[in-house]
Amino acid sequence: MLLTDGGEPLGAAASAARWTVEQVLALAPDDASRKAGNKLGAAGSWSDTGWDGTGAVWGLCKGSGSKPYRTVVDTTGPAYKCSCPSRKFPCKHALGLLLLRAADDVAVPAGSPPDWAREWLDGRRARAEAKARPAGGEGAGGPADPEAARKRAEKRAERIGGGARELEQRLTDLLRGGLAAAEQSGYGLWEETAARMVDAQAPGLAGRVRELGAVPASGPGWPVRLLEECALLHLLDSAWLGRDRLPPALAATVRTRVGLPASPEGPPVRDRWLVLAQYDTPEGKIVTRRIWLYGEESGRTALLLSFGAAGRSPAQALPVGVTIDAGLTPHPGSGQLRAELGERFGVPEPAVTPPPGVTAAEAIAAYGRALGDDPWAESWPVTLRDVIPVPSPDGWQLVDAEGREALPVAPAALNRPSLWKLVAVSGGAPLTVFGECGHRGFDPLAAWTAGGTGAPVETVTLI
Amino acid sequence: MSRTTTPAATPTAGAATASDALASVPWEELVTSALLGTDRRPPEGASGTGPDGAAAALLDAAALHTVRRRAGLLPAAASPRPAVAPDDPRPPLPEAARGRLAQLLADRAAGSGGRRGAAPDLTELIPQWLATANVHGYRAPDSALPALLDAARARTDLRPQTLEFAGPRGLWLAGLNPEWKFALRGASGSALLPSPDDPEAVRRLWEEGLFAERIALLGAVRAHDAEAARALLATTWKTERAEDRLMFVDSLRTGLSAADEEFLERALADRSRNVRATAAELLSALPGSALARRMADRALSCVSPGLTGDAPFVAVEAPHECDEAMQRDGVVPLPPSGRGERSWWLGQLVEATPLSVWPARFGGRGAAEIVGLPVADGWGEELHAAWCRAAVRQRDAAWARALLGPPSTPPSNGPGTASLAERAKLLAVLPPAERAVWVADFVAAHGLSEAFQLLGVCPVPWAPPLGRAVVDALDIARDAGSYPWSFSGVMGLAERCLDPAEAARLEVLTTTPAEPEDASPGANGYWTEAFQRLVSTLRLRATMDSELSGVPMG
Repeated sequence: MLLTDGGEPLGAAASAARWTVEQVLALAPDDASRKAGNKLGAAGSWSDTGWDGTGAVWGLCKGSGSKPYRTVVDTTGPAYKCSCPSRKFPCKHALGLLLLRAADDVAVPAGSPPDWAREWLDGRRARAEAKARPAGGEGAGGPADPEAARKRAEKRAERIGGGARELEQRLTDLLRGGLAAAEQSGYGLWEETAARMVDAQAPGLAGRVRELGAVPASGPGWPVRLLEECALLHLLDSAWLGRDRLPPALAATVRTRVGLPASPEGPPVRDRWLVLAQYDTPEGKIVTRRIWLYGEESGRTALLLSFGAAGRSPAQALPVGVTIDAGLTPHPGSGQLRAELGERFGVPEPAVTPPPGVTAAEAIAAYGRALGDDPWAESWPVTLRDVIPVPSPDGWQLVDAEGREALPVAPAALNRPSLWKLVAVSGGAPLTVFGECGHRGFDPLAAWTAGGTGAPVETVTLI
Repeated sequence: MSRTTTPAATPTAGAATASDALASVPWEELVTSALLGTDRRPPEGASGTGPDGAAAALLDAAALHTVRRRAGLLPAAASPRPAVAPDDPRPPLPEAARGRLAQLLADRAAGSGGRRGAAPDLTELIPQWLATANVHGYRAPDSALPALLDAARARTDLRPQTLEFAGPRGLWLAGLNPEWKFALRGASGSALLPSPDDPEAVRRLWEEGLFAERIALLGAVRAHDAEAARALLATTWKTERAEDRLMFVDSLRTGLSAADEEFLERALADRSRNVRATAAELLSALPGSALARRMADRALSCVSPGLTGDAPFVAVEAPHECDEAMQRDGVVPLPPSGRGERSWWLGQLVEATPLSVWPARFGGRGAAEIVGLPVADGWGEELHAAWCRAAVRQRDAAWARALLGPPSTPPSNGPGTASLAERAKLLAVLPPAERAVWVADFVAAHGLSEAFQLLGVCPVPWAPPLGRAVVDALDIARDAGSYPWSFSGVMGLAERCLDPAEAARLEVLTTTPAEPEDASPGANGYWTEAFQRLVSTLRLRATMDSELSGVPMG
């Protein structure tokens, strides 16, 4: 492996990113770390702090032991390193250090990193460069034994096929006996079926089955929702079993929906990507983190997924409201929203403008079109332009400025405290809102006020 | 999305298979079949495909329907939008202060708990931050309003400052969320009150407003024109409920003057005992009032210069009965259990008597001299306690000073009262600067163990001599080998009340000196930590102040 000298890998003269307190707090993996990091965001705990023009921030934080923790952050990643034993990511020391940098000009002076910080920074940046470089002649990229890999894949496809057929039988049995019985049979039946799908190596099917189990307890109208979900699951089964006859893009979507891993394909799209939102959803023992990005030049919206298992928070974290210059490699299928973050250029910068928005009608139509590529899509990312949050008899709506068309706010968002942030920022006036628009309604994730000319754009996070 | 409109389904007809035939079956029928089971009720047009076939055909059709319905969703009809939030012309927070506010609020939201450590307690700094922000007249950031309202909902002591900071948009927002009702109720919000110069609007709100609005209105009118406020009160007095009358009478406490006497005299005949007692208390705080004169006559007949022997003393003859006239003037006849009724009556008489009558009674002696006289027959404690209450009620600095005695005298031997709560009230009567010096001397003489309540009435930030006295006393406590949490109350006060400029001077305390021989184990480390927190909190307060004035430090 080639190592660079590590000096200035990210373009010279780039001003080191300085994140706002809100951005740093949004990076915290949970409330406890937010609180703990906040406590450490004051000068008292820190010594030998500093930052430099390459985007590095470092410092020593006094802990309960005799040796202070060594904390260093590469804001271009962002990436974090701390000698503390925490499994949180970023840990409270990294958050505290960034808060100190955000809030206190004096406490973190410009300087050059000490040896212990430089070592990690150089190593990390060298690795990042090596990774971003196209694979060389050593046959990298392909599997070691293509024949064995093909056999493994075939075997797995077979098992999934068995699972899908079994699930089909269960669904038909359910429909023959009637959904009314599902209310009594309770959760156990679905748990067992979900476990069978895990055995069949189809985590996507298992996840959908588990959600079916929760539907009968989901309140009035549950039979309709249960029928819809059963039907979509049946559609997925059938699609998998008949995948040979599907167009390649749809087949790729089906593979992803069933739960087969996909790898990013094709040339990376380099753009200035605006970080729109970042949020975590716990799914069983795994936490899924979603980061939405918008490419200022390509006009593309992309989704970065990362996972944290067994109490660890996902490793990828980007501050909302900044723009990163980077290459993104899309995954196949599903409208190609999902992507992997590739090479980064320069340091993140505050966003200048929100994405251009569409009307409520255009947003819901975009979701409709997305269903053509992926009938299982729950929602589609859109930015709404000039909408006003308005209370309605059964929740909230986002209404266009003319007061004609509205999208109901999705139930998930109605219980979120940050809904009130959206209302407060609007003050009854139109604003730009990014969110996920689907059959349950619009789930707002970020908002921007119209803002006066020259006033900096503020990205208000809503999750 | 049930709340959006579904377009009329126009399925393509004429297909051959069972599934395609089912595609034209209305959705409701598919749901009914699914609910009852295809064995019992196969959907129309799905016959002849076997038992499993009907179910599979139903699933096919339902999938088609589901995707078609979702793909064809249209926007819903718009609900009427709320009024636009009123303009707030105040300037926005400087960038750094904005970040600080986010940090303070995030800390609050995450809840408290855990050891305090060396880091500042951010939640404790919110009140000060808000007060300073309000002095500068900043507008709250819109996105922070929900967190601010939540904070004020949880902590009533934060409400006035928070609501002032949140401004008109905060009230607008609170109007949309029932959880923030308190903001509308508590809004003394001059924005919501009619101008006192608009008698018609004033009268309408007085007659139709909620209780809190009426109290706020009365206060506003009284501040503008006391006579008009009394007239307003008189218009409805007879029909008000007793508890409302009590609050209205109590509201006269602000700006009480001789002009209020007539109204209060009439209230002495009120049906409600609480209203009578409050009226009597207010009248007795007016030294020129007829009630004060009547009380003075009674008290003077009970307390007199001693006539036997050479040394002067105070003779006390407590009242033998509590007649109707006394009761009408607010004397409560029944003592609480454990107290003699004669001393109970005496205490009330002296408390309501203008202090100005005593020098004449005692041969021209001043307050300090009178307080210094011995009191016969064990009445001393009762009499001094009553004088203390009188000094507080009448805000008489000379008597408060005399009753507090010199700060170096141990509280138990003091002239007035040993109760720290009472002494704190007396202190509050003294001018602020004198208060700080008195408490500084008290701390220097007696240490910190009894100083907490007294420190609480000193103006913030603490004057230099007081700050020095407290820090010295903390240092002495460390040297004495005790644990810092014995002084956590004072330490917490010091973090909030010391002048931030003291931080540099205190730095020396954060180094860990050699452990004294008789120290409690590990105490030294904890003291160092406590002093570190003190210094870092002071530094942070200084930073916060400079952020709010928009002047970067350093």
